[in-house]
Amino acid sequence: MSETAEKVKKIVVEHLGVEEAKVTPEASFIDDLGADSLDTVELVMAFEEAFGVEIPDDAAEKITTVKDAIDYIEKQKAA
Amino acid sequence: MAGRRGVVMGVANDRSIAWGIAQAVAAQGAELCFTYQGEALEKRVRPLAEQAGSKLVLPCDVTDDASVDAVFERVKAEWGGLDFLVHAIGFADKQYLRGRYMDTPREAFLQAMDISVYSFVSVAQRAVPLMKPGGSLLTMSYLGAERVTPHYNVMGVAKAALEASVRYMAADLGKAGIRVNAISAGPIKTLAASGIGDFRYILKWNQYNAPMERNVTIEDVGGAGLYLLSALSSGVTGEVHHVDCGYHIVGMKNPDAPDIATV
Repeated sequence: MSETAEKVKKIVVEHLGVEEAKVTPEASFIDDLGADSLDTVELVMAFEEAFGVEIPDDAAEKITTVKDAIDYIEKQKAA
Repeated sequence: MAGRRGVVMGVANDRSIAWGIAQAVAAQGAELCFTYQGEALEKRVRPLAEQAGSKLVLPCDVTDDASVDAVFERVKAEWGGLDFLVHAIGFADKQYLRGRYMDTPREAFLQAMDISVYSFVSVAQRAVPLMKPGGSLLTMSYLGAERVTPHYNVMGVAKAALEASVRYMAADLGKAGIRVNAISAGPIKTLAASGIGDFRYILKWNQYNAPMERNVTIEDVGGAGLYLLSALSSGVTGEVHHVDCGYHIVGMKNPDAPDIATV
């Protein structure tokens, strides 16, 4: 697992208070990890802060799974 | 603030401006009651209230008079009186926090005014009878009330009405020794701010152009809140106090600020 993936996973576990094993790449924040709509906004804010990237609203709306978040952040960091 | 009791309305999470104020007054010994609107916010507010040593956490929907009544009836039953109130509540449909202000439909206008302005009047009606001289009411505004700031639109108009309400209520309550003030805070990345278009740009712009060349924190606002809610500001009422690293005095771009077409 990449460093970004590890860090994303850690943030999700801490923020949503879910078991680490549940945070698979395919896991949906809302459907699988019990996030509400405010959680998803807070997660995006936490990712922005932790990785120093900017995630605009239209991109944030498309981030629904753990993998979506990792992919978006890795792409931003590479750019 | 030891022995002073206050209601704090509008904490959403630990980034909330109301939380910055709550922490500042709790650190000085104030006893707090927190209100929340809906389950999603309840689960966020409860742990914070506990952290602030608060035992009173009550639901409050400011659009429902019975719900507001219930909060202050409970406060009266628990405490017998009240020393201060923090109102950090506002709402406008996100859809209208971009584009042109003049395209705001009547319904969105009235909703923004009801939740962001009338709610302060409504809670004051119920809080003031519980207060003695020395009581203090505090609400939150933004520069968009005084000047045009992009995307703030109907919220700017609502904040203008809120600031006018501060002045009229300060006049109503001055004789009773109860003070009414507002803090006009610089932009802070809160949950509520996530609804404002291009908020990132607004933050960068303020950081580059404010005299202090930084953005404000909820701790900055907390310090000013402590002052306005305590006897330190005993001669201050009807005031809109800017806590914005000085941005409100600026007329043009800071010559040293980089050009930021996009951020």
